[in-house]
Amino acid sequence: MSKPLVKIRNLHIEGRADEEWLPIINGVDLDLYPGRVLGLIGESGAGKSTLGLAAMGFTRDGCRISSGTVEFGGVNLLTLTRGQRRSLLGKRIAYVAQSAAASFNPAHKILSQHTEAPVYHGVMTKAESEADGMELYRRLRLPDPDQIGFRYPHQVSGGQLQRAMTAMAMSCRPDLIIFDEPTTALDVTTQIEVLASIRDIVEQFGTAAIYITHDLAVVAQMADDIKVLLRGDEVEQADTRTMLSHPTEDYTKSLWAVRSFERTEKAPAPADETPVIRVDNITAAYGKSADVLHQVSFNIHRGRTVAVVGESGSGKSTVARSIMGLLPPKKGRILSNGQALPASYKQRSKEQLRQVQMIYQMADTALNPRVRIKDIIGRPVEFYMGLKGAEKERRVEQLLEQIELDPAQYMQRRPPELSGGQKQRIGIARALAAEPEFIICDEVTSALDQLVAEGILRLLARLQDELGLAFMFITHDLATVRAIADEVVVMKEGVVVEAGPKGEMFTPPHHPYTDLLLSSVPEMDPDWLTRVLADRGVDNIGDAAMARMDNR
Amino acid sequence: MRSVSAIILQRLGLGALTLVVVSLVIFCAVEMLPGDFAEAILGQGATPESVAAIREQLGLDKPVVQRYFSWLTSALQGDFGVSFARLNFATNFGTSTNTHQITVADQLAPRFMNTLFLAAVAACIAVPVSLAIGILAALYRNSIFDRVANVFTLTSISSPEFFVAYILILFLAVLNPLLPSLSNIYETMDFAERLKATLLPALVLTLVVTAHMMRMTRAAIINLLASPYIEMARLKGLSPLRVILFHALPNALAPIINVIALNLAYLVTGVVIVEVVFVYPGVGQLFVDSVKIRDMPLVQACCLIFAAAYVLLNLLADIMSIISNPRLRHPK
Repeated sequence: MSKPLVKIRNLHIEGRADEEWLPIINGVDLDLYPGRVLGLIGESGAGKSTLGLAAMGFTRDGCRISSGTVEFGGVNLLTLTRGQRRSLLGKRIAYVAQSAAASFNPAHKILSQHTEAPVYHGVMTKAESEADGMELYRRLRLPDPDQIGFRYPHQVSGGQLQRAMTAMAMSCRPDLIIFDEPTTALDVTTQIEVLASIRDIVEQFGTAAIYITHDLAVVAQMADDIKVLLRGDEVEQADTRTMLSHPTEDYTKSLWAVRSFERTEKAPAPADETPVIRVDNITAAYGKSADVLHQVSFNIHRGRTVAVVGESGSGKSTVARSIMGLLPPKKGRILSNGQALPASYKQRSKEQLRQVQMIYQMADTALNPRVRIKDIIGRPVEFYMGLKGAEKERRVEQLLEQIELDPAQYMQRRPPELSGGQKQRIGIARALAAEPEFIICDEVTSALDQLVAEGILRLLARLQDELGLAFMFITHDLATVRAIADEVVVMKEGVVVEAGPKGEMFTPPHHPYTDLLLSSVPEMDPDWLTRVLADRGVDNIGDAAMARMDNR
Repeated sequence: MRSVSAIILQRLGLGALTLVVVSLVIFCAVEMLPGDFAEAILGQGATPESVAAIREQLGLDKPVVQRYFSWLTSALQGDFGVSFARLNFATNFGTSTNTHQITVADQLAPRFMNTLFLAAVAACIAVPVSLAIGILAALYRNSIFDRVANVFTLTSISSPEFFVAYILILFLAVLNPLLPSLSNIYETMDFAERLKATLLPALVLTLVVTAHMMRMTRAAIINLLASPYIEMARLKGLSPLRVILFHALPNALAPIINVIALNLAYLVTGVVIVEVVFVYPGVGQLFVDSVKIRDMPLVQACCLIFAAAYVLLNLLADIMSIISNPRLRHPK
């Protein structure tokens, strides 16, 4: 085999936290050969992004490379001067970031950002690079490739921006591209399109790539080899098929097993039972703008989980806001146990407010970082239940035990001292403190690693069995739906396109949109993407498929 | 999103309302001061008869409300009246019958032009200098340069203006006679002479306003350096200066523009002390003098000019902030 393009040996990286340097990467080796794609996977905090950036000789502020070598094309990047390293960045090594919306500069047009690196490094003239950009947009199947570059980033959708960013990384025809979770922020139907584009263009130009992701099914489609990281150490590395079929390490096996959690679906509630929450024909809009919900109706019964599925912008969260009374609907009613709830939370009684609780997507922002755990949970205990002093303390301890956290250890802590999963558990305890019958879970696991997310799902399932809770589970992740739902409501552009028991939803025939959603969820099979593309044809994925469906 | 012109019209309307409120406040404030113009001008020779005569002639004997509204109606027609101090009290002094009266507008216009000239010179030095220092301080943040710039600008903003003024006079006019210590401005001066006479007060004003603008520029840029698009720019291999000028600065403009506008307004309205120190014939001095003798029409006109400067500059800042934001300039 030829010489490796990237050769990392015994790399140690440290990060600064509270006046001391803590290890992030502990002596990792990495070889990447020209034209190959290496997948880096692991949970958050595993050091994937740090290692990916280190392959460019770059560290984020507050990090430093303490020892080891990073060779690119036979040159140790770490001994170069800053100027010498800059002459490689953008030109021979390029980067594609997680959120294209945040990584494009809002002040400049897309094409002028595209041409910046080639012109700056003297690879092409501005005119050449502009023409090349349009050609790349065409190859990446962006709509209107000759004009799209003259728009500003905010005028283009997320999936299109992510492809434009891939084109930008290609602008100097680099030898290496680092893809840092490029599809994590996208909906499944858009993700498939970006994946197909990235894979095509990397193959066409024979570019080597490091593909960083926490999504195993995605990495299975994209990478030739996979390296598994755990807390800054390499667990194992093998080619993709071997890794998927015969992982050797226990940690890898546990990662592979994550998607196995699945609850059996409960029998549908008797037809004459009064639902805990009944969403009756609601239409809603923000301010005076166009309606975002159109006559949405569904029921949620005691002890059942209803998953509301759809892409961003489909109105899932708006339904939740209407149920909570935060966004009073223009038409229609919300009924709780057969009684109509006042439209606005301001008119609801304490008892009515108590019955409907919510758990938020970002536990980080939903918990006040300066308040102790006992007060975060104690406040609703006192407000709704009227408990004070020792009684309140006992109830908070009880709640902490319910969410499997040791009260003695956690009562006095503040949210920043907890991990992501623990914070989400505190969010759950806070909702439980009101002893509600119904809880809205808004993407509660989407910010968590798969293993941690599974723990949260298991906890929620147990609490449901013990307390007879009804859940409305907002998610865009169909694996989560499969794991926890009893019934599914599929939404698109503010309309319920399909609703029914989970079993029915996952067996054909379904509504064409449900079909599109389901078939866009990546599978572990490394041939999945190729197969879907062959089935649908490259011109019938992502936005194109959506547009086709709208025309029908 | 409302159109820019709708915003401008709304702001202009609110600005006009602000001016009316300001005039009311000033009228009441002057009314509450002890003494009036007649007593002030007659001084020792104020006999009850002469005071009453002047009051009658000026209409000061009429009720406050009536005086305010008669002033307001004529002001709305563009007539700011005649300065009390320039009136000829022919009947009282028995002298000439010269009927030519100098209006407030005649009196203010040259003074106002002088103040604007001083403000413009100061702004032409202060804005580029503070932007440059702010950008360099952001580029070399936490370096010796950054600290020295911070200490220097903070020291100059913390010192009283007259103190800074006398220090500069000491070094630039007395020890090294480069610039005149008195800013005599007269109409026949050519531009270069005028500039030379204005330079020293302009330098004092520059020192006073630089710190604010420079620190906002630095903070606004550093605030953005953690954004993903800045990391992206650095990963394209661009030089740090280019990253800041092309990627950070365009997104940091809105707060910077607002601070610049506030400081420009200060240059127009807050120059009283500097004008007094350098005996510069601007609006500030005129304002102080007219308050001393309770010269109502002049006080009102000066206040309106100051208020209008604030309103217009803030309006300008809002418009420029909108224009600097591509999301507002190019809606979806």
